[in-house]
Amino acid sequence: MTQATAERDFRYEDLGRLIGLMTGAEKHGPAATSTLDVLWVLYDRVLRVTPATAADAGRDRFLLSKGHGPMAYYAVLAAKGFFPVDWLPGFGSYDSPLGHHPDRTLIPGVEIGSGSLGHGLPLAVGSALGLRAQGLAEPAVWVLIGDAELDEGSNHEALAYAGSAGLERLHTVVIDNDSATHGWPGGIATRFEAAGWSAATVDGRDHAALHAAFTAPHPGRPHVVVARVEKKQ
Amino acid sequence: MDTMRERFISVTSRLLDEDPRLALVLAEITMDGFLPAQRRHPDRVVNVGIREQLLVGVGGGLALTGMRPVVHTFASFLVERPFEQVKLDFGHQGTGGVLVSASAGYDWPAGGFTHMAPGDVALLDTLDGWTVHVPGHPDEAEALLRHAYAAGDDKVYVRLSQQSNTAPRPVEGLRFQTVREGRAGVVLAVGPLLDNVLAAAEGLDLTVLYASTVRPFDDAALRAAVRSAATADVVLVEPYLAGTSTAAANDALADAPHRVLGLGVGRAELRRYGTIDEHTAAHGLDPRSLRERLTGFLRPTLR
Repeated sequence: MTQATAERDFRYEDLGRLIGLMTGAEKHGPAATSTLDVLWVLYDRVLRVTPATAADAGRDRFLLSKGHGPMAYYAVLAAKGFFPVDWLPGFGSYDSPLGHHPDRTLIPGVEIGSGSLGHGLPLAVGSALGLRAQGLAEPAVWVLIGDAELDEGSNHEALAYAGSAGLERLHTVVIDNDSATHGWPGGIATRFEAAGWSAATVDGRDHAALHAAFTAPHPGRPHVVVARVEKKQ
Repeated sequence: MDTMRERFISVTSRLLDEDPRLALVLAEITMDGFLPAQRRHPDRVVNVGIREQLLVGVGGGLALTGMRPVVHTFASFLVERPFEQVKLDFGHQGTGGVLVSASAGYDWPAGGFTHMAPGDVALLDTLDGWTVHVPGHPDEAEALLRHAYAAGDDKVYVRLSQQSNTAPRPVEGLRFQTVREGRAGVVLAVGPLLDNVLAAAEGLDLTVLYASTVRPFDDAALRAAVRSAATADVVLVEPYLAGTSTAAANDALADAPHRVLGLGVGRAELRRYGTIDEHTAAHGLDPRSLRERLTGFLRPTLR
């Protein structure tokens, strides 16, 4: 299968400029958004999904649960050719498919409509179960949540069940920028490990470390990667 | 005769054998009845434990992968507790599934208000595009469940109850049926309240329509009944919150003067235990109370 080519080959260094098309700001360094490095490493080196395979049953699924501030997500999707770069300047406008929260029915490659916190991980659990029930053993399901989003009880329902059920094809990335008001004493990974998950905590800006954590084997267990980034200003 | 919930177990277990697209999600409730089906289909009969937000979210995730999820628990935990999941994990995603409740209205009076959900249909009415089946007999429940499972990617709610009419009626999951015709008014009986309505209307010159599917509301049937009754007086008798379908009836009759009386379960919490019959009487839905309320509302035309 040939991969649909992006308008040109975008690199990580181009993402700041793409984000700038949405925000109007010229100086968007990568550090301005907590999810950018995680998203780039996933889409560049881990996820088996391209614009050409975005509707295939056997594709990997990436569910952005933390729908707030989706500019990094849109920049990466545009860079990888899921939709044209010239959609970006319309961000948030009436005629644009790109809202301040993503809508799966409007944007190619977007797996869920998100914004309200605490829905992505349960939907990911259901997706992993649905793929397994259809005998699709290969596709991986990835969901990205934030450390404050982990406050939502629905996520605890999902992580407890997924660990117990041994959903091996389920992967969660927690962007940890210390934004949860009451924090997670002992670290976020311990919550998942206690529920039977495989867990790794890494520097969320370190691409090599992220890639190693994303691709670590975790037989019989779901896997969480806690990506530590600088505290939200 | 089995109950609707028992019929749900038998028909769903059978259809899980026949339709590989179906998957059942449970949160402990009714799990015992599905143990044989779970042994046959461990990947398609999933019990998530006592986790109702996850219950609905998992249904939504299954639908995202192209399956037809059947999601079941008591109505209060299926529609009320995880309401945002119902709203977002199906409707906003542009997917569908089948929600099957038990114990909606006051099926377990001794259990108290925590296990009652008279507002389930009214709550779903705030969302777009949900089909709502309210079977009045276990045979109707089976027919409507089969319709719901086969309904592509539609969003369908099937409201099962301990309460039942003595005999089933043929249902096809769409239209209101005319049970009897009269001149002095139209009574729409929903689901298990048909027997009480027919008893209450005995000897009165009334049209009785029967609905086992209330959403979409059959505007054409109500308009036709009103036309042939030669009066635009309509009484709705629903086994859930009184007035739930009043707006739908008003919309159906918007082009002509009319009167609508919505009867059903009262909004006020009774704070009583007891039996189903005692609660039916307390809400004024037994035949004697219904007859008084019908004749009171229709007095000018019945005279």
